Amino acid sequence: MSSHATAEAGHESIYAGGLRSWLTTVDHKRIGILYGVTALLYFVVGGVEALIIRLQLASADGMVVGADTFNQLFTMHGTTMIFLVLMPLSAALFNYMIPLMIGARDVAFPRLNAFSFWTFLFGSLLLNLSFFAGHPPDAGWFGYANLTSKQYSPGMGIDFWLLSLQIMGIASIASAVNFTVTILNMRAPGMSLMRTPLFVWMALITQVLMLLAFPAITVAFIFLLFDRFFGTHFYIPTAGGTPILWQHLFWIFGHPEVYILILPSFGVVSEVLPTFSRKPLFGAPFMIFSGILIGFLGFGVWSHHMFATGLGAVADTAFSLGSMLIAIPTGVKVFNWIATLWGGRIRFKTPLYFAVGMVALFIIGGLSGIMHASPPVDIQQTDSYFVVAHLHYVFFGGTIFGLFAGIYYWWPKITGRMIGEGLGKLHFWLMFIGMNLTFFPMHFLGMDGMPRRIYTYAADLGWERWNEVATVGAFVIAVSVLVFFVNAIRSAASGARAVGDPWDAATLEWTMSSPPPEYNFAVVPAVNSARPFWLHKHGPTRDISTHTKEEGTPAQPETPPVRVDLPSPSGWPVLAALGLALMGGGALVGLWLVLIGVAVLVFGVYRWAFQPLERLGHPSFGPASTGGR
Amino acid sequence: MRQRTEIQRHFLDPCAVRRVPLTRPLVTGTLPPFLAAGAFFDRLLTPLETLSRERSIFRKTLLAALPMLLAGCGTGPDWRTLRPVSDFGRLGSDVYGDLIWWTLGIFVVVELLLLYALLRYRSRRDESGAPSQVHGFTALEIAWTLVPAAILFFIAIPTVRTVFVMQGPPPGGDPMEITVIGHQWWWEFQYPELGFVTANELHVPVGRTVNLTLTSADVIHSFWVPRIGGKRDLNPGSENRLWFTPTEVGQYHGQCAELCGTSHANMRMRVFVDDSATFAEWAAAMSAPAAPDSAGAMTFLISGCAACHTIAGTPAQGKVGPNLTNVGRRTSLAASLIPNTPEHLAGWLRTPDSVKPGALMPDLNLDEQRIHDLVRFLEGLR
Repeated sequence: MSSHATAEAGHESIYAGGLRSWLTTVDHKRIGILYGVTALLYFVVGGVEALIIRLQLASADGMVVGADTFNQLFTMHGTTMIFLVLMPLSAALFNYMIPLMIGARDVAFPRLNAFSFWTFLFGSLLLNLSFFAGHPPDAGWFGYANLTSKQYSPGMGIDFWLLSLQIMGIASIASAVNFTVTILNMRAPGMSLMRTPLFVWMALITQVLMLLAFPAITVAFIFLLFDRFFGTHFYIPTAGGTPILWQHLFWIFGHPEVYILILPSFGVVSEVLPTFSRKPLFGAPFMIFSGILIGFLGFGVWSHHMFATGLGAVADTAFSLGSMLIAIPTGVKVFNWIATLWGGRIRFKTPLYFAVGMVALFIIGGLSGIMHASPPVDIQQTDSYFVVAHLHYVFFGGTIFGLFAGIYYWWPKITGRMIGEGLGKLHFWLMFIGMNLTFFPMHFLGMDGMPRRIYTYAADLGWERWNEVATVGAFVIAVSVLVFFVNAIRSAASGARAVGDPWDAATLEWTMSSPPPEYNFAVVPAVNSARPFWLHKHGPTRDISTHTKEEGTPAQPETPPVRVDLPSPSGWPVLAALGLALMGGGALVGLWLVLIGVAVLVFGVYRWAFQPLERLGHPSFGPASTGGR
Repeated sequence: MRQRTEIQRHFLDPCAVRRVPLTRPLVTGTLPPFLAAGAFFDRLLTPLETLSRERSIFRKTLLAALPMLLAGCGTGPDWRTLRPVSDFGRLGSDVYGDLIWWTLGIFVVVELLLLYALLRYRSRRDESGAPSQVHGFTALEIAWTLVPAAILFFIAIPTVRTVFVMQGPPPGGDPMEITVIGHQWWWEFQYPELGFVTANELHVPVGRTVNLTLTSADVIHSFWVPRIGGKRDLNPGSENRLWFTPTEVGQYHGQCAELCGTSHANMRMRVFVDDSATFAEWAAAMSAPAAPDSAGAMTFLISGCAACHTIAGTPAQGKVGPNLTNVGRRTSLAASLIPNTPEHLAGWLRTPDSVKPGALMPDLNLDEQRIHDLVRFLEGLR
């Protein structure tokens, strides 16, 4: 281990370089950091929106904001948290960790990867530009037709919303293609699919879901775009259109989206629990297949969001039973996580706290989800605060806690420094308590008949007490996030240097220094088990299922024995992404800007296509190196 | 908690609600034909159901006691969705009553297992090296696949049975037909059999099944009176149905449950479940409203109100806004947003937008004398 400690001092420079180096980077690690930093900043933005919402609702007849502002706030809160926080935060971990975990030097298409990030960033900026244009969207993150029609939402808010989400959808599809190809084709020799780490598996399922789900929302958005800009009537009932078409298209995307948001967190927890229990993941094949089953079933249950729509008893029954089925593979996952802890030697580090917190809280969200699968019960709970409670137990308790487990787990690997355990645990407890204070009382409010998305309520309804509690809880969460940022800054400034393998973990990313060298692997690792590094450190075992001897993969040498060439940086993906954003923004400004956007996009893609992947001055490392950088 | 007025206490305090006996039994669930093919499952379930029915008395007593324990009677949350006042609502709360015990049971067992594993297997200082490397155990995996599947079976049976009852035809014969039309941001109630239209305050007689036809004049709304039962959307361009038989006299809060624009939060309603004499008196007054004072009616016309509002028995026949026939009898104004008092009505006429943001009722710039006259006229419509 000491050899790593000496090696990594030289590698900290992998993040050196000015703005230009970050703009033109095609390194999956830097792109991962760009995603992560962007997502955490938006986490603050979406959190502030939530705090204003909570302040407004803290008492009856609240006077903090008006009706329109409130509608804008919860629309932006939902849209921000889903598309600008949870998805990019998962993307950050995918980008940074997947190549390292499968033994690859980068993703399959490094420049497409850069394009994805910049398209996402520009799209998210366009969405938030609506605040400065004075008209944020206000029809909810789900934007039900026909409230979004020109007649009932004449302002630009809906246009900002649909154009920016359309642009970010392009980023999601591009990165889904990229990571699907990366995971399927670029695994190290010997890493069969059943030896692929669970986090990578869940990422793969997530990418496939994105590939299949985003086209549905793209179609829905194109219809809406045509309705609003060109006077078609896809969703206009008075002209023969049908608003319910939007609901179907939206939820055919929207329910798989739920799994797009939660599966990465499942993956993180499936890495963290084994590491800190010092045991392999219990029933790994069952975990993989249950993940696949969740993803598959996720496409057949969208109408459980529509039990109040009036689809009829037969449709309600079909979607109800389908939704209940999802509880089975989800239950399998929970039981396997507990069985992974069972019989272990559990080390109570911050990543474990968050992973266990995720399991404990996700159980609550999962169980209320079973209630929603039953239409007679759901029609009381849907669109009430009960659902607000449910979805926050899934997305905050499930996804946010899981992703924080990942952030704390991989922080030493990414930054090369340890992060404070004391502050980390304080962060956990504050967030855990705040989260339950905020969201558990919402079950009561929903059972008491409080609808979602209302900016005010009368005092005589008896909803004040639990709303006050929820608001206090929201501020406890805010303090916990503050503790995290303090911890992160302290670690970056003065954290202890991290060794390559601080947790005694099992997977390939820990075989190299922290942070990893720019080329990742000095030698391409050979893999013949699911826990290559563990077996190297703790001795080989026999695989009882195949009766083959499993051997470990040793730690990486400090320098590559043969020359390693990396793809050269490129600014053209940024330009192409900028062209897309200009097209979107142009739709709100004028045709001339759309045409400029098209020109920029075409020019960017053209130069990108004809730029050689490796040219003079590209980074290369190793004995024959000409000293690229 | 703010002080409740006497009238609010009367209307909202669940303990003050008078119970009336049902005139006929509540509907009972039957399986739809294609599911009745599962008579096999029925036979299989019979002994289990008898068992669970005996338990369910205990469970439902507990369920009813739970909110009372948590909240006490009349203070804090009223647990409206758990205390239905209609057969339709009871169908939903009964399934909830089954589900909540399954989910609470699973919750306790799983969280305790998690907690036990954490405490029992925490790393101790005297231990070194790795624990036994267990990769899995197929029998266990099969067990915790089958047990949840079996539990889901018990959740699915009452669910499916109830879905078909709730969405089936209204029970019994001769339901009262009422058409509900959602508007931004108020409710229109048409009584086609009785021949009148009213707004924002729905009156129904206790014990008689009501069959609602739901639609919208603009965007999607959702009809929700938590104590009556679950929601059903009001979709523009198509019709939905919802039936219920109210079982307890009282006044119940309802409001729109689907985001419908600026004042979605202010699209409220009151449902009055009346005993038959009270309902008959109300319906008679609605069918033959007293002749309005003609000077006041003239003020109403020349102020521009008639462009949007109808008052039966006057030339005012506007259809855009709520029908104001007998508006003086209502307990609330502006979609149940403010109490129906002369002061509140005057404030509403003065600046509608400050009472209900985005309200489509324009500010007519009425002078104080005109407002005074209109208030006196409208409050006199009873």
